[in-house]
Amino acid sequence: MKKLISFPHMADYYVPAKYFFSHILDCDIMVAPPITNKTIELGSKYSPDFVCTPFKFTLGSLIESLEMGANIILQYGGGCRYGYYYQLQDKILKDLGYNFQMINLVTAGKTDIKDIIKKLKMIDCKFSKIKGLYYLLITKKMIEYMDNIDDYIRKNIGFEIKGGELIKLRDQMLLEFSNISGYFNLKKIYKKYYKKIINIKVNKPSKHLKVGIIGELYSVMEKCANYNLEYELASKGVEITRFMNVSYLLFKQNKKVKKYLKELKNVKYKMGANSLDNIYFTKWLCDNKYDGIIHIKSSFCTPEITSMGVINKICKENDVPVIFFSFDANTSEVGVKTRLEAFYDMIEMRKNNE
Amino acid sequence: MNECYLGIDIGSISTKGVVIDNNYNIITSLYIWTNGNPIGAVRNLVNELKKNIPSNYVVKGIGTTGSARKLIGLLLDANIVKNEITAHAIGTINYYPDVRTILEIGGQDSKIILINSGIISDYAMNTLCAAGTGAFLSSQAKRLNIDINDFSNMALMSNNPVKIAARCTVFAESDLIHKANSGYKLEDIVAGLCKSIVLNYLNNVGKGKKIEGPIVFQGGVSKNKGVVKYFKEVLGTDIIVDDNSHLMGAIGIAILSSKNKSDKIYNLNIKDIDFETKATSCMGCSNNCEILKVFKNKKLVDAWGNRCNKTIKL
Repeated sequence: MKKLISFPHMADYYVPAKYFFSHILDCDIMVAPPITNKTIELGSKYSPDFVCTPFKFTLGSLIESLEMGANIILQYGGGCRYGYYYQLQDKILKDLGYNFQMINLVTAGKTDIKDIIKKLKMIDCKFSKIKGLYYLLITKKMIEYMDNIDDYIRKNIGFEIKGGELIKLRDQMLLEFSNISGYFNLKKIYKKYYKKIINIKVNKPSKHLKVGIIGELYSVMEKCANYNLEYELASKGVEITRFMNVSYLLFKQNKKVKKYLKELKNVKYKMGANSLDNIYFTKWLCDNKYDGIIHIKSSFCTPEITSMGVINKICKENDVPVIFFSFDANTSEVGVKTRLEAFYDMIEMRKNNE
Repeated sequence: MNECYLGIDIGSISTKGVVIDNNYNIITSLYIWTNGNPIGAVRNLVNELKKNIPSNYVVKGIGTTGSARKLIGLLLDANIVKNEITAHAIGTINYYPDVRTILEIGGQDSKIILINSGIISDYAMNTLCAAGTGAFLSSQAKRLNIDINDFSNMALMSNNPVKIAARCTVFAESDLIHKANSGYKLEDIVAGLCKSIVLNYLNNVGKGKKIEGPIVFQGGVSKNKGVVKYFKEVLGTDIIVDDNSHLMGAIGIAILSSKNKSDKIYNLNIKDIDFETKATSCMGCSNNCEILKVFKNKKLVDAWGNRCNKTIKL
């Protein structure tokens, strides 16, 4: 039987993931169908009710992949409940009668290179380390480029004169990224699109609103999980800053955080996942005079619930408004929009009163 | 000709309309039940209000707020459509410029708004739970077979409110039944219910918020004297309940509408407007978005619920 690999969705990172795995492994890669209501319904149906929302989304995504014939599933583990996703999902999916192999590349948030190589060899015995390293570097670059463009778009999309151009260019870029021939080709495409995107006219007033978005990684990054809250807010004319992305998670974490947290004397213990990072982001956003902070998490996300208290305190001390959103698989979209509108009204009134 | 502005707050239970002049004085106001039919309720409301506007006034602006704000905004061609949190804050600040905390309990939602020197500094709204809202109060009143208007007087008669689990409506209800069946007096139960609303509100919505005076309590539930009494008791300070506390959202949106006025004059003849909504399920992809199309005089004016523009062409 031909091996067909699939993995759950998270934002648009399927492009680099597909590129990476399809070059290092002699297997077919199938990108799961885009997340829709059906995915979420499927995921919720077979998940425990009180599990965090990313579990439901990824499970739904996996079911759809398996329905389409995938027989190897890749999952990753993190430093919170995320670390147990693969075991539980493996069991749920096997109980549903699917025949497949689940491979967890990162266990409990620790990147053990030897272990990963062993696992990749399980999929393809001819896997070569040198080839793997080469494509890893290109993939890393690709993720960096994607995140750079996304950072720029978040900062400017609210002030775009002719709407929709930035997103269109970004989608075109992703499409070309998936068919690159090598590092230089990637760089060329990036430069081409970077130029185009920078040249799109934006009308940014000197005194504009700036909002920072922080929170649990999946709900922050996956726009289906947060009703595209980022662009919804940006479209009112707000500059959005978000630190959380895959390049931060995989490559840039820790250094900055540790330095900053030394100043925050109350924070002594790790609380799992990205809770400390979010405290650091909060501090940074407050220090840099942002007009507001939005904290997004999925329901039942324990590390973030713990960090919320600290975030609230930092914001109170610095007099920066903060709002907390908690998303579940069936949160009412209207409620989210009302709160977001009120938040925008609030920060706008504050800005005008300065 | 004098100018006036119409503000409408369409809530889950009741629809509130108010007409104000340039100095934000109320010319006329009306409070009616929504009865699950916001369009019908607004038609009635506007027709009634129109009769009471003196002939030397012209309507220069219409604002809508509340959960049906978008729909009614389209029907009336409103010049401003705003969320209820902002509207409530603006309305209250107009009457009480030094207010610090607004407690608001409506039919379906409850919110707390903190104000610092005339601007909103923080707010919260109930998210998942209906415990501590008017809907819970009215459903319990119905179950106990008490008219909602007698409810507050009955609560005031009691000196010994029963303790009711203040967390969840379902548990609160089973607790109520238990208390009734073990022989507690009706007024003690009613008083306990009012107190549980207060505790639920403070535990849910008011959690982590610094409640400072002057405190203004508004929304439909603020008309219930029992709830007001227990708010005072639990918070340990005096709270202000305005005579127009149920209209604050409508007043706020009318004020916002006056600030946003244009040259347009509204005639309020909505009787002749043909207004229709049609719900369809889009089959474009497996998202199956529920799309609501709004037709005004047989013309498609807006549609919402869609995540893309595949099947909708305006």
